[in-house]
Amino acid sequence: MSTLVIKDLHVEIEGKQILKGVNITINTSEIHAIMGPNGTGKSTLASAIMGHPKYEVTQGTIELDGEDVLAMEVDERARAGLFLAMQYPSEISGVTNADFMRSAMNARREEGNEVSLMKFIRELDSKMETLAMDQDMAQRYLNEGFSGGEKKRNEILQMMMIKPTFAVLDEIDSGLDIDALKVVSEGINQMKGENFGCLIITHYQRLLNYITPDHVHVMMQGRVVKSGGPELAHKLEAEGYDWIKTELGIEDETVGQEA
Amino acid sequence: MTVETKLTMTEQDVRSFSASHSEPEAFTNLRVQALAAAEALPLPKPDKTKIINWNFTDFPVHTVESSTYASLDELPEQVKSIVDADQKNLYIQHNNTPAYVSLDKNLQQQGVILTDIQTAIREHGDLVAKYFMTEAVKAEEHKLTALHAALLNGGMFLYVPKNLAIKNPVQAIFVHDNEEASLFNHALIVADKGSEVTYVENYISTVPKAKGVANIVSEVFAEDNASVTYGAVDVLAEGFTTYVNRRGVAQRDARIEWALGMMNDSDTISDNTTFLIGDNSVGDTKTVVVGRGTQKQNFTTQVIHWGKNSDGQILKHGVMKDSASSIFNGIGKIEHGATKANAEQESRVLMLSPKARGDANPILLIDEDDVTAGHAASVGRVDPLQLYYLMSRGITKQEAERLVIHGFLAPVVNVLPIEGVKKQLTEVIERKVR
Repeated sequence: MSTLVIKDLHVEIEGKQILKGVNITINTSEIHAIMGPNGTGKSTLASAIMGHPKYEVTQGTIELDGEDVLAMEVDERARAGLFLAMQYPSEISGVTNADFMRSAMNARREEGNEVSLMKFIRELDSKMETLAMDQDMAQRYLNEGFSGGEKKRNEILQMMMIKPTFAVLDEIDSGLDIDALKVVSEGINQMKGENFGCLIITHYQRLLNYITPDHVHVMMQGRVVKSGGPELAHKLEAEGYDWIKTELGIEDETVGQEA
Repeated sequence: MTVETKLTMTEQDVRSFSASHSEPEAFTNLRVQALAAAEALPLPKPDKTKIINWNFTDFPVHTVESSTYASLDELPEQVKSIVDADQKNLYIQHNNTPAYVSLDKNLQQQGVILTDIQTAIREHGDLVAKYFMTEAVKAEEHKLTALHAALLNGGMFLYVPKNLAIKNPVQAIFVHDNEEASLFNHALIVADKGSEVTYVENYISTVPKAKGVANIVSEVFAEDNASVTYGAVDVLAEGFTTYVNRRGVAQRDARIEWALGMMNDSDTISDNTTFLIGDNSVGDTKTVVVGRGTQKQNFTTQVIHWGKNSDGQILKHGVMKDSASSIFNGIGKIEHGATKANAEQESRVLMLSPKARGDANPILLIDEDDVTAGHAASVGRVDPLQLYYLMSRGITKQEAERLVIHGFLAPVVNVLPIEGVKKQLTEVIERKVR
């Protein structure tokens, strides 16, 4: 079993404090959902875990099986087992999707032990079929000219090919129609197992109709203000966030506001 | 300012060189007149690069004698690897010596001509007289074109007769392996009405240094409804002073596409001009460049529209490292009367070191109202968010940069029609940006 422990995490972007002490522990075989309205710091948490160059951790720790994640470069974090499905993935002209994914897979292997081309193609084909992606997307340039939905599927495709220990999915459901949501959920569900843990960031309960989280956390004002089981997501769907705000005496849930 | 240059070659030298190649009198006269003109003509003036002190005129010897290749087995390894196994249409030149030529039998029977330029001057005088430095590049333009005409010492001629489409590419390889050699090299390509051809050339130094000058001219003629695809990978050694002028003339419904991988290690001035003379003609030019060391380069790409409904596309991507500097001038010119013409261009420069210099300079000159035109230009570093994205998949920073750079230069690599040349360009890029 692997464990990702986030303790007292404080994060700034361009001098502005966004996260003010986040605590979450995720084990493999668990699926966690982080919910909350816009502007509460959810995506900042995702970016800070992966090491986005614009986000500065000012306090707190992130550890993966006792290893200091914050001391690692972005690529080292990835090779240690972390993955972030990004909300706005970059477009990279001239680099085909397939070449990119092979490079990513080979980055985890010793020289001379690269994934064989045949095996790679077979696996890519089957995962693309799961995600109902056109085969020609393998030969298109990475995210270039992809629609919003295609980008999301492509993020999940990468996750399925790379098979990380922990995946953070940053609003993977936004902009997806119901059919796309189903195939993306199917992809995530295929990953479930004792060697995989997942942190799903969303502000819609909708996704959680297809993926049942073990733990649900609500973020407001740059902190986790409430945690619970799957029933918490249902309650949020039925009643919204206001009851939490009332319960905790929060007037404005966005970052920069104090209770 | 007029610069008087004392030339190392005299009229007598030029006459005896011409005689030794049994050139017709008209051609000898062309050389002699050009030599006389070269003394007084000024250097070209590439925008934003001062070349007044560059050495285009002083070189160790005019011509060197090199061996021919009896078979492809005799080629140096570096050269062998850029010839595909099934390459039937091939011209190879060894420094200034025509060293190997082969042309598919069927094509020969159908009237295709592939030969060295000296043979063409002797045996196809009418075609040479019609096309050689008459329309695309003129000897009296400036000192370097005049010198080129006077001192021409190598090159290739390709003629494709009417309505013939050549499926397999024609390849020309100019091997440079003698430090003393200079290249006054000319490629003349004539695609007659309704014909189609793909031509790929390599200028390749297999020695690390050069002492001579490279004064290279290519002229491409696409007659009505003809189509020429022209690929090039230039890998000339440091030490050359290189002037390379590649121009095309497209008549009605004709199409000229360029894919130029400009990978010289020498200081280089490049002129790539497409004249869209005929209505509905198309010019598409893609250029990629890597500059390194203290290299100075200037790439001027022009598409000049005369024909109605003509379409001109310019794409230039350059990578600059170390203290290399490059100017990228892109000129879309639409003449009066070229209604419905479309001139588009994109120039992008990627800087890999703080000392590198790059300047993208898009120019639109439009003398007609009913046209469309556009340009995009950027100079910058590798996008940190692109690196972050690639690294977030476990790819090292170095490998991520490599992917972004290769992707940036892919527009030319991907369209080169010969596998060996495509691979060569990829490897040259790899070597140069490392």
